[in-house]
Amino acid sequence: MKSKCAGKQTLVFSAPPQVISSAAIVGEMEGQGPLGSYFDEVLTDDTWGEDSWEKAERKMFEQTVRRALEKVSLQTGELDCLLGGDLLNQIISANFAARELKTPFLGLYGACSTMAEGLLLGSMLIDGGYASRVACAATSHFSTAERQYRLPLEMGGQTPPTAQRPVAGAGCSILAESGYTGQMLYRNVFVAAATIGRVIDLGITDASNMGAAMAPAAADTLSTHLSDTGRSIRDYDLVVTGDLGGFGSEMFLELCKDNGVDAERRHLDCGNLIFSGSQKVDSGGSGCGCSASVLNAYLLERIEQGDLRRIFFMATGALMSPTSGMQSESIPGIAHGVVLERK
Amino acid sequence: MPKPQTAQQKQYQQRVNEKMPRSNTFSQCIRAFVSGGIICCIGQAVRDLGEGPLGLSQDDTAAFTAMVMVFLGATLTGLGIYDKIGTWAGAGSIVPITGFANSIVSPAMEFKREGFVMGVGAKLFSIAGPVLVYGVSASILVGLIAYLMR
Repeated sequence: MKSKCAGKQTLVFSAPPQVISSAAIVGEMEGQGPLGSYFDEVLTDDTWGEDSWEKAERKMFEQTVRRALEKVSLQTGELDCLLGGDLLNQIISANFAARELKTPFLGLYGACSTMAEGLLLGSMLIDGGYASRVACAATSHFSTAERQYRLPLEMGGQTPPTAQRPVAGAGCSILAESGYTGQMLYRNVFVAAATIGRVIDLGITDASNMGAAMAPAAADTLSTHLSDTGRSIRDYDLVVTGDLGGFGSEMFLELCKDNGVDAERRHLDCGNLIFSGSQKVDSGGSGCGCSASVLNAYLLERIEQGDLRRIFFMATGALMSPTSGMQSESIPGIAHGVVLERK
Repeated sequence: MPKPQTAQQKQYQQRVNEKMPRSNTFSQCIRAFVSGGIICCIGQAVRDLGEGPLGLSQDDTAAFTAMVMVFLGATLTGLGIYDKIGTWAGAGSIVPITGFANSIVSPAMEFKREGFVMGVGAKLFSIAGPVLVYGVSASILVGLIAYLMR
């Protein structure tokens, strides 16, 4: 019996889980962006003292989880589950970090939608009574993503204006059951509902235009969420997409308009927030660390402060691989959404 | 066989194509022309040095010039400068032989951590490999045609 669902794809939590803590660590360039002062740590060295970028990425994941727990005086052993992922093959960053954290762990791959996927599943675990404290985390690293998906970093070349820069960053949210009495960094932020996205592919094949490939999935998840819950866009202070970037956001807003949703004045994209125009990043940031670091450093704080009452946080993922790209396949997109509310 | 596209897919792709911001091909061509020209001028200066003051033969001059230019390209890649030139110059720094050196040295640097056999050894020609394969194939083909037409 589906008792906690609304419409086709939306879950409504009967006892909304609380976001009690968060942390975000980013790379140097992200630290120089407009949100620089919000992050817990800005790295000055892209290997963070390790001997490879991959090891630095997993260290970011691990340290972000530890940092978020420390803020509310929790130990890793007190977590019922860790949910997380990254962009590398076989999600090695999350898997290897979980080896050090020694908590029960479910690895996720949703490309750049991982942060929202983690929050969605973590809230289900808590509201379902299967866990009382869950950590949700995601990470990406510019240098590891570039070498896996594109060309070596020292190879000189140009990118088209629709290209996006993978963010070096990690973010972690700690969820707890409603009525949690322990120490809290945030007292007022709750996950009220979530919408599971569908994989949508409108045939974009250009890996330098991922925003346009993911925009249809984001527009679909938003319209479905609104019709499932019977709400209008005016019920939200903000709709935040993960990493559509400049051009992807433009296409997203157009597709929303086609669906009768005017999101223009209420839309922000983490890929557009994390870098400033002067940082020469073409169409903005991307990668699962993009939405994860912006949410955990900046958005949660704004909800806690009361600037925002209710937001729909929708991390977007492009589900291609280097192999599917070389075989000329188009890029499927996905977007999962979670409703974050101040209570 | 790729699946036939739906009307919705075709319409969306058309819309994306119409609206997407494009690279400024004209300014990129100018930059490529200028930067490629500068690299070629440097090459010519090296050549003149070989032929003149060093008194090398014609064949030795060609080899000398290629060696110096590859050395320059590789060194600038190692110093982290060539990729910055490439961002500005585009094809201007990719097409000359210095770009060829860049395309070999950059994967060599990047895959060193995977070891000297499966890392550097296997990945060294991951970008330049196709150029060599088709370059050599084309030269064999042209050679055969020239032989048959003799």
